[in-house]
Order: sequence, then structure tokens, then C-alpha cells
Amino acid sequence: MESAGGFSLEYAPAPESVAPVRLASQYGLFIGGEMVEPGAGRLAATVNPATGEALAEVGVAEAVDVDRAVVAARAAWEGGWRNLPGAERAKYLYRVARLLQERAREFAVLETMDGGKPIRESRDLDIPLAAAHFFHYAGWADKLDYAFSGRRAAPLGVAAQIIPWNFPLLMAAWKLAPALACGNTVVLKPAPTTPLTALLLAEVLRDAEIPPGVVNIVTGDDATGAALVAHPGVDKVAFTGSTEVGRAIGAEVAGTGKRLTLELGGKAANIVFDDAALDQVTEGIVNGIYFNGGQVCCAGSRLLVQETVADTVVGKLQQRMNTLRVGDPLDKNTDIGAINSQAQLNRIGELVASGVAEGAELYTPPCELPERGFFHPPALFTNVSTAHRIAREEIFGPVLSVLTFRTAEEAVAKANNTPYGLSAGIWTEKGSRILWMADQMQAGVVWANTFNRFDPASPFGGYRESGYGREGGRAGLLPYVELVA
Amino acid sequence: MSLLSPILYRVSDLLAAESPTGVADAVAGVRITPVDAVGLEQRAAGLCTRSLKTSSKAAALELAIRVMDLTTLEGADTPERVQALCARARRPDAADWSVPPVAAVCVYPELVPVAAEALAESPVAVASVAGGFPAGLAPWEVRLAEIAWAVAAGADEVDIVLNRSAFLSGRYQKAYDEIAAAKQACGSAHLKVILETGELGAYDQIRRASMLAMVAGADFIKTSTGKIGTSATPPIALCMAEAIRDMAEQTGRAVGLKLAGGIRTAKQAWHYLVIVGETLGPEWLTPERFRLGASSLLNDVLMQRSKLGDGCYQRREDFSVD
Repeated sequence: MESAGGFSLEYAPAPESVAPVRLASQYGLFIGGEMVEPGAGRLAATVNPATGEALAEVGVAEAVDVDRAVVAARAAWEGGWRNLPGAERAKYLYRVARLLQERAREFAVLETMDGGKPIRESRDLDIPLAAAHFFHYAGWADKLDYAFSGRRAAPLGVAAQIIPWNFPLLMAAWKLAPALACGNTVVLKPAPTTPLTALLLAEVLRDAEIPPGVVNIVTGDDATGAALVAHPGVDKVAFTGSTEVGRAIGAEVAGTGKRLTLELGGKAANIVFDDAALDQVTEGIVNGIYFNGGQVCCAGSRLLVQETVADTVVGKLQQRMNTLRVGDPLDKNTDIGAINSQAQLNRIGELVASGVAEGAELYTPPCELPERGFFHPPALFTNVSTAHRIAREEIFGPVLSVLTFRTAEEAVAKANNTPYGLSAGIWTEKGSRILWMADQMQAGVVWANTFNRFDPASPFGGYRESGYGREGGRAGLLPYVELVA
Repeated sequence: MSLLSPILYRVSDLLAAESPTGVADAVAGVRITPVDAVGLEQRAAGLCTRSLKTSSKAAALELAIRVMDLTTLEGADTPERVQALCARARRPDAADWSVPPVAAVCVYPELVPVAAEALAESPVAVASVAGGFPAGLAPWEVRLAEIAWAVAAGADEVDIVLNRSAFLSGRYQKAYDEIAAAKQACGSAHLKVILETGELGAYDQIRRASMLAMVAGADFIKTSTGKIGTSATPPIALCMAEAIRDMAEQTGRAVGLKLAGGIRTAKQAWHYLVIVGETLGPEWLTPERFRLGASSLLNDVLMQRSKLGDGCYQRREDFSVD
């Protein structure tokens, strides 16, 4: 037998082709079924975070543009969308879903170029799930009369929807699909750093022949969002983003009669008991915190592990982190892509520095980061106390804090010791413990022996400072309807 | 008593307090970690999306040849067929001498002398199935004698089957003792223990059988006989690789992994290389610690290899049928 040494299975670059994407140099606003120039003619560049290069210039909507969009949405609602039979609305939504599937590759590549997430994720998760949401709510559109026993579900009117940059197309789908299925019209505002897939979606909406004005897309900055929220013609505001902005929106709409749902930050606990399937736990932890570079509101950023297996789990985790591939998001073998923006990278860096300064122990695997673009290696903190900033504040980056516990009661106390309450994970082979723990968790989503799994039929939303209202499933219809007798 | 929860097992928990064959406490004390089927399958599917291009594809194809156990286990096997297989094992592509030899040729015991002669002075090992392959239901003395016979006839490696009848009915000590005795009968020959994963019914059972076989002395653990419908699959390969990783971490002993049954395409082969490489590390990607048991795989690997060279697929007729 020959005596060969170890063989390193190096992966040659496997970049996804950018050929399906045809970018324009400038984009306007999608209002009343047309691409129009912003009134003040102001444009802002959107950057590829993996290279730092500008991809295109996108319109910045001012108050006057927002007003045009809301007026168009109102006209479309009163002009027929509100009275369209559910089966007819479903027809449009099914079309959108199918068109998204047909152009999935194009959307996935563009999502990765504009946002920096690995193509593996945009291809296998973001785009298929976005289509799935349209399919799911298309199915509800003609069944609203049976969704809420004994009550009829009437649409609200014009919905203002503001979405974040971490799942640009998917969040657009989460917002648009239920709103449209319930008979509302929409003004959607994408995040400033990731407007491109929403603008490509405008093409799909036109191809699906959705009546003009039913969906309007206004790109822009914080001022655009503020103008939209404050507009008197808006009946409903839905926001996904930071707790800070969510609070400001809550204050703004108070007393106006506008309905509001908020999906805000999180600091989820991922709780590992000593009888769990530790190899799958390791994968689950990695998926919980390094998925989309940790830029996920429901990320499992606090690992609570039972003392007896803490060293084993941390050892397995470090070993696994060494195999994570950080780099070009368009490479099909990349596990962790670029951080969405320089500002976000700075914030992550600042919190990591605070963790080191407060005495926690930092581990990052040996990996070379690309010279250009915004990248952060996967990071793991041990010796973390519940008082540390890294254990309390949402980092929104690939940074995990490890804490230990002895008893299930202690795990519950630590897990709930946060102002947030979006998600939690429980890892144990004991079914009764899963049920008991899930009952104790003050979190909107509790995953058992898995993490970061999404399905359009499953409601998603938070407790406390993570917001209110649910998206997904039947519960996701409620924010967009008035229940009448 | 252990501080761990009551549902946790160590291999020693499966064995009688006084094991007649005896094994070091430290080894028998290895933990049998539970397996979550959903997570395991998800991770395996994720690993199978790895994209191998250009230079890494070429390296993977070459490695697939170097770790291959070229196998023929048919009732209709003839000395001539085995001789032809051995010739291919030494030089897989007659038209391209840069192709490395495979790791071993795997045959039934009766054909071991033929293979041993044909492979004399070559780097290719002779592997023999033995011990009542494939069901392991012959009387134990007969099975043990068969193992000894194969080694005496020139087998460098012996592939035996786990006694599923004993294992599945909870007679772990019996299953363990058989493997330990087989290991002794092998002498210096390498022992591969086939778990026949398709008959074990659950990933937890595969993990348990893997740990039991490793503690009992297996040099390799192997998925399947190839004689039943379900053979190696990516999640099963991952499950066994994780068991091997646990064994190495807890005892320092490096056990090999052999995947066999239903591996026919080069793409399947490199998925398995990725699973093993990313789970156990590059040290496992050698013929000493990793094997692919297959009969028809070689031709597909050669075809992909030559396609990578000149961009054209050759005809099936250009490759040997044996």
C-alpha cells in the first residue's frame, strides 16, 4: 500500500456567471406602473459590497414623489383592486410567483451583487422562498372569507412598507404578497443599499400585468421612509428594520389611526443540552449565526450550552469554523460573503472590540479576507458574561457569544434576559424538554433541533423590543385586513 | 456513575461488565453521540452543492482512482475476469500511463490466490470479503475459518460483515466479540467491517454500530455489501465520518472509512470526497484512511478525466467492460 500524505481538496474558483443580469446605469421610481424620474432628479449610487464599486445610480424619492406614489396607490385601490374578486387577485400573484421562478438565476445573481450575500444562499433560499411566499398568499386570496371564522376580512387601503437590506427581495415578498392578497395597494420602500432586486421586481410586476398603481416602489433614504410613514393617505405601515427606527415610526403614527406592524431586532438564544446530537448542533449553531454573515434579525447570536458539553461543543465549533469559506459572494463555494456596507462593518468591528476590551476571549479561524470590499471573518467569543455588550446588543454580524448553564431553569432565565424576543433555538433529544422549554421562551419563533428555517405557512414575528405583528401563514393576513361582521 | 444524562451511551454501556476479549477502558468509554436525521441530511445535501471546477476537479478524479477498491463480487466471476480486473487496477487507462493505480482489488476468497498472483509486486492490495459475506449468518466457526483462509491465501485486507442479527437484537457483546476475534484472525491484514447500513434502520443505529466496530478493532468501517437495495448515501457517509471523528478526538485512534454500493458516477465520488475532506480533514483523503468500493465507477471517472483533458467525451466502447 502506498504511503501518501494528506491530500488537500482545494476548491478552484467557481464563480457564478453574471451574464443573466443586465444592469442599467440609472433607475427611476416605479409609480403608477411606469418608471419615472424623481421630482428633484436626485440620484444615489448603490455599491457592490464585495468590491466597493458602484453598480448603478438609483433615484432618491422626495416627499413630492412619495405623494405621487401614495396618490397612485389610492387611485388603484379605489379604481378597482379593492373590489376585485379574490380569485382574480390570486391570478396576478401566481403570475408573479412563476415569473420569479423563471428568472430565479437573474434575481439570485443580482441579489448577491447588490447585497453581498453568498450566491449559495440567494440561489437556494432567498429567491425560492420569495416565490413560495407569493404562491402561498395567492392561495389565500380567494379564501379570505373562510380564514377568520364568522368574520369577513376587508382590505385596509394603502399600505406603506419599508424593508431592510439583509433579505431585500425576500422581505419585499413577505410584505407584498399578503398585502395584495388581502386587496390592499402598496407603496414599497427598499433599503438604500439594496434597491436593485426590488426594481427588477417592478419589471416582473409589469410583466404579470398587475394594474398600474397597485404596487409602487420608491427608492431613497431615511427621509423618503419618514415622508412615506407620515403621509396622511397611508392606512397601514409595515416596517422591518432596527428597533431604534421602529420606535420612531411608532411615535410618528401614534394617534393617526394608521395600523402598524414592526419586525425589529433580536438577540436570540440558541440553547444546547448535553444530550443533543452534537454534530448536528454544531451545524445548527453555524447556520444560526453565520448564515448571511449574521445579518439576520433572528440570528442565534447567543449560544447557551450546558456546562458538561461546553468544551466539546466549542471545540467542534472551532473546527467547523476553520472550514468556513469567506470571500467572493458570487463563488458557489463561498459560505460567508461580504458585509452589506462599510457602516455595518464598522459597527461589527466596534462591538467585537468592546468584547475584547470587556474581557471575553475571541476566536477567529485563520482565513484570508479579500483585499477589496467589506468583509469580516466568523468570530466566536467565549468567557462571555451576560453583562457584556456582546451578550446584550444586537451585533448583526458573524459574531457568536458563548455562555454556559447548568440547569434548564438557568437556561430559561438567561435566554429571556434580553429586551428582545424574536427567536430561540432548543437542542435536545428529549421531546418533553423541547415542549417545556418552548413554553418558557419569550420569543415569537422557537426552533427545536434546527435554526433559521423559514416557511411561508409559518408565522414569524417578535415579542417586546423585537416588534409586533406576524408575517407568514394565516396569521400574516391579519395585519392587512379589517375584520367585519 | 457518569455525570451525563441517562439516555447517553458510551460503548462500554453496550457491553457486558466483564468483556472476555478485553478492551482498554479509555477506548470502550467513547461516547455514542445521538444523531439528528433532519440536520444530518441537511448538512449532507449542503456539502453536495460544493462546486468542483478545473484543477480541483482533476485532483478529485485522480484521488478517486487512488482510493478505489475495484470490486467484483459475482457468482459468475472467473479467474480470467479477475485477472483482467487486476490488470486494470495496476494501469486503469491503457492509453494513459499517468493514471495512478487503484488502492485494491476486492474479490471473493476463492479468487484471492488469482488476484494475489496478478497483483504481485504491484502497489495494489488484495482485498477479500470473508466471514459469511454478505449476510453473516453462517456458523461462527465457519466464518472465522473463512477469514483465516483468505489471509493465508494472500489477502492484505479483509472485508467482513457486522452480525446484524446480533446487533439489531441487542446482543452487542456478541457482535463485538466477533469483530474482535476477526481482527485477531486477520493478523497483519487490515480489517474492514461492513455495517450494512441499509439494514440498520436509523442513523442513530449506524452511529452506534460504527462506534462498536471501531472499539472492537476495525481498521475501517464500511457502509454496505452492495447486495441489498440501499447502499452508501451522502447522509450515511457523513454519519459514519462524524463517528470516526469522535473516535479520533476521544481516543486518538484514526479509523478509515469505506463507502461502497451504488457509487457509479464521478460526481457521486467527488461528493463523497468533499464530505470526508470537510468532516475529517485532508489527513483522511488517502488510501490508508479512505476507500470507495465500486465496480463501474472507474470508467466514469476515466471518462470525466479524459473529458477534462481534451474537452470531448469518449465513447463507452473506448473503455474496458471489466
